[in-house]
Amino acid sequence: MNNRRAPISLSLYYFGLIAFLYLPIVVLFLFSINSNTTLSFPLKGFTLGWYQKLLQADAVLRAARNSLVVASGSSFAATILGTMVSILMMRYQFKSKNLLLALAALPLIVPYVVLGVALLLLFSVLHVDRSLLTVGIAHTVVALPYTLLIIASRLAGFDSSVEEAAMDLGADYPTTLRRIVLPLILPAMVSAWLTAFTVSFDEFALALFLAGTQPTFPVYLFSQLRFANRLPIMIALAVLLMMGTLTLVFIAERYRQREV
Amino acid sequence: MGRSKSGPVTTPTQASPKSEGFGGSILRARRGAGRDRLSTFWVLYLPPLIWLGLFFLIPIVLMAAFSFRSDTYGALFENWKPGLNQYATVVLTGSYWRLLGVSSFMALIISVSAVVLSYPLSYFLAFYSGKRAGIYLILLLVPFWTSYLLRVMAWKIMLGSDGVLNSFLIYFGLIKEPLTALLYNRNTVILTLIYVWIPFAALPILAALQRIEFSLFEAAADLGARPFQQFMRITLPLSLPGVFAAFFMVFIPTIGEYVTPLLVGGSNGFMYGNIIQDFFTKAANWPLGSALSMIMLGATMILVLIATRIIKLEDLLQ
Repeated sequence: MNNRRAPISLSLYYFGLIAFLYLPIVVLFLFSINSNTTLSFPLKGFTLGWYQKLLQADAVLRAARNSLVVASGSSFAATILGTMVSILMMRYQFKSKNLLLALAALPLIVPYVVLGVALLLLFSVLHVDRSLLTVGIAHTVVALPYTLLIIASRLAGFDSSVEEAAMDLGADYPTTLRRIVLPLILPAMVSAWLTAFTVSFDEFALALFLAGTQPTFPVYLFSQLRFANRLPIMIALAVLLMMGTLTLVFIAERYRQREV
Repeated sequence: MGRSKSGPVTTPTQASPKSEGFGGSILRARRGAGRDRLSTFWVLYLPPLIWLGLFFLIPIVLMAAFSFRSDTYGALFENWKPGLNQYATVVLTGSYWRLLGVSSFMALIISVSAVVLSYPLSYFLAFYSGKRAGIYLILLLVPFWTSYLLRVMAWKIMLGSDGVLNSFLIYFGLIKEPLTALLYNRNTVILTLIYVWIPFAALPILAALQRIEFSLFEAAADLGARPFQQFMRITLPLSLPGVFAAFFMVFIPTIGEYVTPLLVGGSNGFMYGNIIQDFFTKAANWPLGSALSMIMLGATMILVLIATRIIKLEDLLQ
């Protein structure tokens, strides 16, 4: 079925749309190696100067480091919590099961602007200063549905008879989880962690409300948009980060495909 | 949640032992395992529940409560006088409703366009990509994995008055003055968001197309159905769950969108999410912002309920 010759119009459509999708990415790349601060046609000249200036741009690098911290922390927490909920969903029967599932999945459909201002309200009431921690907390909430989905589908993929065998041989349930279940779902946990990482690293709508004086990279990028002469440096870093994210995504995909 | 009622049900293999002696130790071990299972349950249950309760449920409840606060004077929860003032303000201000209507309409255009444009993509990937299916799929997804903010900003660079398109047209003498109508309006927001969502919308449609049994096409062909008839009678109806899923997966987040209008919308391209953001930042009227947020949340929940009526979740997970 999947190897007939495509009608020429359909192939053209596919590659045309792909070209359209890549156009902005190509533009960004050109912008980062263009010597002018506006990307006007015809291009003035080629430079790697923006990448060089990046090394001295402390604020930019600090923002990127902030994003790394938030993304690592929140993806770690989201993976642990996602694993917990997944095991409960796939291996236990209890009355509030649907309630817990709904609670864990709902962040997927609550508009980010609503969740962002609600958390802003909570932290104001609790007198918690906005920081990387508050951004990380928000990212953990929104990444949880993704980690839950990835880990739960892995748990559904293998028979619980392995666990029963371990328990028949005298292992208690915590030991069974640690020695049998966790090794089996580890690839899914890695994949979930990477997914949560990329979700957090790119997230702007929540971070804008919750970052306070410690901007993450997207928030900093947004604050610098007004200054045209700073833009190429930001984009140079963004191109590097984009490559980093893509590498992570490819690793995640390969990891998952090897498991299937 | 009743604490005694919500405990885990033990599996049948852990039923109470009737006889001691041979096998008794195994049964005792199993009974012990049952207790372990119960304590493990609480270890697994409490952290996510507390986390989601504290950082998801309570904030929204707090926002709901705050939306009934009638004034903006004093500290957040001091001088608590519940009232419906904020909702009255919202109801009486026609421009809020208009903006909600406009945002919904924009979300409708965006999600329908994204679905229509990505259907042929999914069709190509499902039926004609052959050995290169994996590569073609990744090729489609790479733009989706690149920074959202940057892709939106790239459009700004392309459409700005000294941007790529304008300078290109001027260079070739097609126009004299830069076209200012390209950026900072509603159409730019719509174009940019369609662009952003196309790869995302393609995924559920692709999943639905890939589930169609090839034998159905053979049967239809044997009975004399032409390719177009096959498409209308088999492919399209069977892919509809994926089409609806794609529609809602785009529509629901788009209604609440505020970032894209901020970047490329200008003052004419504002969406409903932008007034919420404004009331929590510049305008600093949190009670009114909360009321507007609750309305947004209510509208989204209704949409999700409709969506779950139309799509069976099990269909998507197969």
